[in-house]
Amino acid sequence: MNAKWIIEAAVIASLAVIAMPAQAGKADAGLDAKTTEIIKRDFRDKGIAKADRVNQDELQAMCSKYVDKVPAKMKAKLEAAQEKQIKWPADGKFMGDWKAGEKLAQSGKGMTWSDKADEPAGGNCYNCHRLSAKEIAYGTIGPSLLNFGKIRGSGEDIQRYAYGRIYNAKAYNACANMPRFGHMGILSEAQIKDLVALLLDPESPVNK
Amino acid sequence: MNTSNVKKIFLLCALAASSAVLAVEGDVSDSDRIAQYREMISDGNPADFDEMNGAELWKKVAGPKQATLEKCDLGKGAGVVKGAYAELPRYFKDTQKVQDLESRLLTCMTTLQGIPEEEITAKPFSSDKRKSDISALATYVVGQSKGIKMAVSLKHPKEKEAYEIGKRVFNYRAGPYDFACSTCHATSNVRIRMQDLPNFHVKKDAQDAYSSWPAYRVSQGLTRSFQWRLNDCFRQQRFPEPKFVSEVTVALTMYLAVSANGAEYAGPGLKR
Ligand code: HEC
Ligand code: HEC
Repeated sequence: MNAKWIIEAAVIASLAVIAMPAQAGKADAGLDAKTTEIIKRDFRDKGIAKADRVNQDELQAMCSKYVDKVPAKMKAKLEAAQEKQIKWPADGKFMGDWKAGEKLAQSGKGMTWSDKADEPAGGNCYNCHRLSAKEIAYGTIGPSLLNFGKIRGSGEDIQRYAYGRIYNAKAYNACANMPRFGHMGILSEAQIKDLVALLLDPESPVNK
Repeated sequence: MNTSNVKKIFLLCALAASSAVLAVEGDVSDSDRIAQYREMISDGNPADFDEMNGAELWKKVAGPKQATLEKCDLGKGAGVVKGAYAELPRYFKDTQKVQDLESRLLTCMTTLQGIPEEEITAKPFSSDKRKSDISALATYVVGQSKGIKMAVSLKHPKEKEAYEIGKRVFNYRAGPYDFACSTCHATSNVRIRMQDLPNFHVKKDAQDAYSSWPAYRVSQGLTRSFQWRLNDCFRQQRFPEPKFVSEVTVALTMYLAVSANGAEYAGPGLKR
């Protein structure tokens, strides 16, 4: 067996490997484009939910395309771009009122076509997380946050982390299932501070 | 009204009252509660009323053309209702489209009876005040597939394409919450508050979920169609409204129906 043959075989083999996904890739790209076209055509305005909500930003498009498993390099890039857009509180304070935070966490209101434009959105937190031990009707899409402050402390670093997570969960994990509450204008700076207090204040039911 | 109907209505009132009590009763998931309901009304599902109503509508002369739906072809030949739902959605030569049950009923109502499409699609879902004919008809048709194995085909290229598009729609993230169907329905054993969520990537979940729709909703006192189920999930997804029987909804239905293939069709179901 000579060296030339080995190289040729290797080239052919590698071409075959490349060619296969490239073929599938073409069909996939066609279907991706067709899907987007159909989605843009088949939705209509209803209440506050306007048809243009189906238009994706880059992050949404990449997470959809790779079904939440974006390649590592792209993931890091997407997260950095999200992180850059976080608006940190101008006064440098992260903690608000945990009582207001608990109310927000309980409310599942917001942004559906049956919600009203003049009613502010809630946090939906209990839809996905366990928080206060007293509330047993909690969802499990996200991890339990019971005793979050007790376990993680309540210093400046963790305050900043909690604020950032709620403001833009995708800065920490590009295709996380948690919404970007600050980034998308769902919750205000003051509301996010109230939620940080709910998670971290030693007096909050989350830590009792 | 016969005694069995009176009994059903009585049980329904009891059901509504007990659901209010059960809602605060402790760590019982909604699916456990539904199992309790089912036992309570083992005598029958209120969706039976819609099934009977739909059967009457099927044979009733209606529309500008003064015709019945008895010649409607649901895929197994003109007038064949038995087992038709277990093979839907499918490709139809006459319309050159993949159609789900409601889209096909719409075709029959417009072509056979001459009812204008807008008249049916303007308000396709039942409300407290107004029953929807197309929902009742759908409930009748699905009842004729009870116990039959779901066998939705992917033979025709258009069927295959609809499935592939549906799969992509399922994973399509957008809107203010970045949600896709997959946000709520691609992980096992999770719930929103106390509502268990089926994972459509798991055969058993997909089969149980799909084969139990359309369903009578105790909380709403109405029988709901599969198009309605999708519509309400898009609402929770914070999306705009999908047009009734649009390609996006039919493709998604195709994807979910194929995921449920092999299940014995068990609807019309009963839900919280
Ligand atoms: C639709 C589901 C969903 C909603 C609504 C949601 N979260 Fe989350 N959350 C998640 C998921 C999933 C994670 C895990 C993040 C990941 O995958 O990176 C998470 C993670 C977190 C974390 C980080 C936990 C850790 O151990 O570091 C915090 C803090 C948090 N969520 C707070 C909140 C608060 C406060 C709210 C309400 C304003 C909220 N979440 C609403 C799904 C959700
Ligand atoms: C934000 C959460 C959320 C999203 C996003 C969502 N769903 Fe759902 N889905 C639910 C909940 C909650 C239920 C249970 C509803 C109930 O009991 O009222 C449900 C129920 C269903 C069911 C019926 C299951 C059964 O066993 O009865 C189907 C089918 C379904 N969803 C499909 C979809 C599809 C398809 C999409 C995307 C278009 C979607 N869902 C998006 C939350 C969601």
